[in-house]
Amino acid sequence: MLRRTTDYVRAVDNISLTMTQGENLSLVGESGCGKTTLGRMILKLIPSDAGQILFDGQDITRLSPRAIRPMRKNMQMVFQDPFSSLDPRFTIQNILAEAMIFDRKRRAREKKERMIELLKAVNLPGDIRMRYPHEFSGGERQRIAIARALAVNPKLLILDEAISSLDVLVQEQIIQLLLDLQKKFQMTYLFISHNMRVVKRISSRVAIMYQGKIVEAAPTPEIFQNPQHVYTMELLSAALEYKAVARTSPIILRKNAQLNDKGNGHWVLD
Amino acid sequence: MDELLHIKDLIIKIKSDEGSRELIKGLNLKVGSQKVVALVGGSGSGKTTAGLAILRLLSDSMDVQGGEILFEGKDLLKASIGDMRRLRGKDIAMVFQEPLSAFNPVFTIGGQINEVLKYHTRLNRRQLQERLHELLELVGLPEPKRVLRSYPHQLSGGMRQRAMIAQAIVANPKLIIADEPTSNLDVTLQAQMIDLFRKLRNDLKISMVLITHDLGIVRELADEVAVLFDGRVVECGPAREVLSEPRHAYTSELTKIL
Amino acid sequence: MTTEKKSLSQFQIALKRFQRNRLAMVCVVILALFYFGAVFADFLSPYSFQNEDRSYSYCPPMKVQFFDDQGKARWPYVRGYYFTFDEFHKRIYTIDKFKKYPIQIFNKGDEYKFLGFIPCRYHLFGVDQPGRVHLWGADARGRDLLSRLFFGARISLSIGLIGVTISFTLGLLVGGISGYYGGKLDNIIMRLCEMLMMVPGFYLMLALMVIIPPSFNSLQRYVAIVVVLSFIGWASLARVIRGMSISLREREYVLAAKAIGVSDFAIVLRHILPHTISYSIVAVMLSIPGYILGEAALSLIGLGIQDPIPSWGNLLSDAMGIVRIKFAPWILLPGLFIFITVICFNVVGDALRDYLDPTLRIERK
Repeated sequence: MLRRTTDYVRAVDNISLTMTQGENLSLVGESGCGKTTLGRMILKLIPSDAGQILFDGQDITRLSPRAIRPMRKNMQMVFQDPFSSLDPRFTIQNILAEAMIFDRKRRAREKKERMIELLKAVNLPGDIRMRYPHEFSGGERQRIAIARALAVNPKLLILDEAISSLDVLVQEQIIQLLLDLQKKFQMTYLFISHNMRVVKRISSRVAIMYQGKIVEAAPTPEIFQNPQHVYTMELLSAALEYKAVARTSPIILRKNAQLNDKGNGHWVLD
Repeated sequence: MDELLHIKDLIIKIKSDEGSRELIKGLNLKVGSQKVVALVGGSGSGKTTAGLAILRLLSDSMDVQGGEILFEGKDLLKASIGDMRRLRGKDIAMVFQEPLSAFNPVFTIGGQINEVLKYHTRLNRRQLQERLHELLELVGLPEPKRVLRSYPHQLSGGMRQRAMIAQAIVANPKLIIADEPTSNLDVTLQAQMIDLFRKLRNDLKISMVLITHDLGIVRELADEVAVLFDGRVVECGPAREVLSEPRHAYTSELTKIL
Repeated sequence: MTTEKKSLSQFQIALKRFQRNRLAMVCVVILALFYFGAVFADFLSPYSFQNEDRSYSYCPPMKVQFFDDQGKARWPYVRGYYFTFDEFHKRIYTIDKFKKYPIQIFNKGDEYKFLGFIPCRYHLFGVDQPGRVHLWGADARGRDLLSRLFFGARISLSIGLIGVTISFTLGLLVGGISGYYGGKLDNIIMRLCEMLMMVPGFYLMLALMVIIPPSFNSLQRYVAIVVVLSFIGWASLARVIRGMSISLREREYVLAAKAIGVSDFAIVLRHILPHTISYSIVAVMLSIPGYILGEAALSLIGLGIQDPIPSWGNLLSDAMGIVRIKFAPWILLPGLFIFITVICFNVVGDALRDYLDPTLRIERK
């Protein structure tokens, strides 16, 4: 259970979440629901106030900064904005080299080969290494960001709205690339998104977040065919049919509501 | 033939440190009255530039090299600056992607919309107030007094977006150019926005050029669609037809994703 | 994407645009000339800074003659001078028609060490003994002003550079780290900076210089001045850098670096500080004049570089006195040089600010 207090508003409120290896979990919600915060807490980029985070059975919640460092290569993140997740003053080579800090023992030539390997894995030519991020399009930059994340061979890859700012055709390319990479490197994905169409395409399980809590979680087909929480139904109706519900006050979640198993791996908050 | 807007063979060049190249190579677009025409294209295709060109709001690095933009028969590219100023906001209004940057953060919403209203109409103070309240109600903003007194950052994203639309329709424009009006919004807000746009077209009889890359919105809202690829409109026609039976390779790529 | 095109960093793009600004380029050239003159002072000036000849005291600037009395062209020469006193005990220099001293290029004059270690006697130009060439006049002791200006440039121009390097480094590191960590550390450091900034700079400078024992030799004095000047300068830079650091640490590439496991210090050094360069370079350029003027002010009132070592400041102290200015106006020349230098730095700094900031904005499609 994870909890973080910011000014007495719980950004992430008593969340319990398990992910099994190789699955694709999508964390869906609208802005302000806490999904980005949760993602960053998992990566220990933001401190948590209570609860535990267990990775591969190991409790990483209270590790010191020095102890966390070797753990970092197990999980990486691809961020939303391709224009600000790559340092504009770094060449592609510098960006990738920085990510390869765990490979310090390697010689320069080996490092260069590894960089070309990484770029090839994301379908980019190896000779772009001396260029700067601003010379590339949004989709290309995201691929570079993915290559950077791959450099440490992570087991878990968190994609925080990684394709939301790209246009639809490019989104499709990146999705296809991510699925290929998953098969190749056997990674587990945590997708944070608010785009239901993409979620449907790529995930095996979906968890819906609202105001810091998970209101519903189920395997993908279940969620789309049989949504049970009010919020989920509203979300789906707006996203897939563009039908908005006229609402004068936000949905209130009961204070002591719990996630209950409705069978089939389908959990609902009530 | 009631054509409100007719863009003919528009050519726009863009200057960069490496020289100039043609961004738009011959754009043709027709918008009839009370019609929503979607201009669809990928990022970098020039669709935003085309929209800005209609109101002659292009930056210095862009150069219109040819073509005509006819609004109610008059070529806007040849109009004087004075004429353009009178046109902007009154006959043609623009709605941008980012509601935060459409408003000046140091003035209240009411103050800013009032300014536009005063510039384009001759109402006295009481009439202005009435009109403002009318407008806010129209776009679905509750508590008009509070909203008018608020600063942009005090409103939520969705309310700001509606306020921006209110500012756009303040002088009863005939045409609205909307540049990716929903891409920054959450899904529920997006759906509400589409409802609002429908209302603008049906009740207020405003035509719209909807610039977007999301075919879902096009399907919901647009009457006609023009697909922009490589600087040219490669396919255009009634929305339903184009989306169900795309003829150009690029269009079918886009519809496949739908 | 073509690979033949050379890829330019944003810094290089800014540099290209800077080169198109004629005024700024002119100022850069002027500054380059001044610094060149400072480095090669021994060679370029006809005399060492101590070479004096009292018979040429307050000698006015000499005109180089290209024609002889009959109007025929001759190798450039200067005339000999001798002086007499008029009824007000003012010197009047009259030209001695019979003494002509041709100007020699690469003549042998005072000994010096080229580049600091090669003994050499050659100067760019000069005249044989007993003639003297004072193109810009001489001071009270008959020391050539032109030569002293060149040597003075060494002190005045270098103090700016060295001082700014020290305060720049201090300000960046302190500001960057303070802003990145925030919290108590940030609080303490910023209060410290504010305390430093509270004291009026000029008076702090005077107070610190008075503490310096007079037994210090000229080199130690020089170092002391540099240290004092940097001491009062770094705090304001640190504050601004700290502000920038606070906003920069929220950038996504900083988070990405953290996620990779890069150490905090490395993040500050590699990701945060380089993004403050546009401000820092401008701040540096615009503060160098402050150092030059600071040293000039100190030397003017006698607390800075002492005679016989010339600096533009103490050359100007000769000019304090309306009588001297009226009768020997050329001793104000150091002031002109200070003025030009300060203006050039300001123009260059201003132009850099124009070009570095907008260009560093990332283009969006």
